[in-house]
Amino acid sequence: MYKVKVYVTLRENVLDPQGNAVKQSLHSLSYREVKDVRIGKFMELTIEKSERSIDELVRDMCEKLLANTVIEDYRYEIEEVVAP
Amino acid sequence: MKFAVVVFPGSNCDVDMYHAIKDELGEEVEYVWHDAESLDEFDAILLPGGFSYGDYLRSGAIARFANVMKAIRKAAEEGKPILGVCNGFQILLEAGLLPGAMRRNHSLTFICRSVALRVENNETMFTSMYEQGEVITIPIAHGEGNYYCDEKTLNQLIQNKQIVFRYEGENPNGSLEKIAGIMNEKGNVLGMMPHPERAVHELLGSTDGLKLFQSIVKYWREAHVVTA
Repeated sequence: MYKVKVYVTLRENVLDPQGNAVKQSLHSLSYREVKDVRIGKFMELTIEKSERSIDELVRDMCEKLLANTVIEDYRYEIEEVVAP
Repeated sequence: MKFAVVVFPGSNCDVDMYHAIKDELGEEVEYVWHDAESLDEFDAILLPGGFSYGDYLRSGAIARFANVMKAIRKAAEEGKPILGVCNGFQILLEAGLLPGAMRRNHSLTFICRSVALRVENNETMFTSMYEQGEVITIPIAHGEGNYYCDEKTLNQLIQNKQIVFRYEGENPNGSLEKIAGIMNEKGNVLGMMPHPERAVHELLGSTDGLKLFQSIVKYWREAHVVTA
């Protein structure tokens, strides 16, 4: 079994209105050090082992559904775990 | 002429769309469920607004894998008029039938009010009944209508006259280049955030949306007179 963590965020060059609002809110709380906030999604997938490569599988899922690559970037971490 | 209104779980403008076609336009119309195999019997396909599949993950992201999308893709290739309004537009973007993507409105709020639109291209099967540059009043109702595409795509949209509607005056949602509606290169797939089906009767505050549907009928009649 694999535990896969997928992180999806708006691309660097795409304005993130939510992130901007949160940044301003942090500034008004006097956290002046905050330079940028990007808001994204975090997904945890539990995936069974199969003959297909786990890396390829997760990348396919990201490209097809989990991220919209027109405006979003994704990255993921794969951890092998013992099935319960 | 026979229209299809595609209904996804979570569509909520399907009844308005049906009403606009049946009672105001006076053409044949049927609801088609999201798992339909074929749309061959229809002359035009309408994707209504709403929150298909709860808009989970992203607006339109899950709807694009609905079974009916294969038939919609086929209809698009055949050159049939396909109109996606609001969530319907978002689905067409996710499906790649139109270029670009939607972001949250720059205000981060859901906006529901009438806006002014400029007809940027009246040489299309969707807008031939309007004057070029005509300013019309159509309601919007969305939280994610902030259109985005990269520069290369934007240049193509401008060069090919694929930008069909722009917001006139104030930009309500932060949309790139004030884009409110775009079509594909072939010109038979139109996506727009404003709701023409909500502007088809005086009682609704505007009849400006009716001409869009009348344009589709006009196009269809002319095409069928030629081939008859």
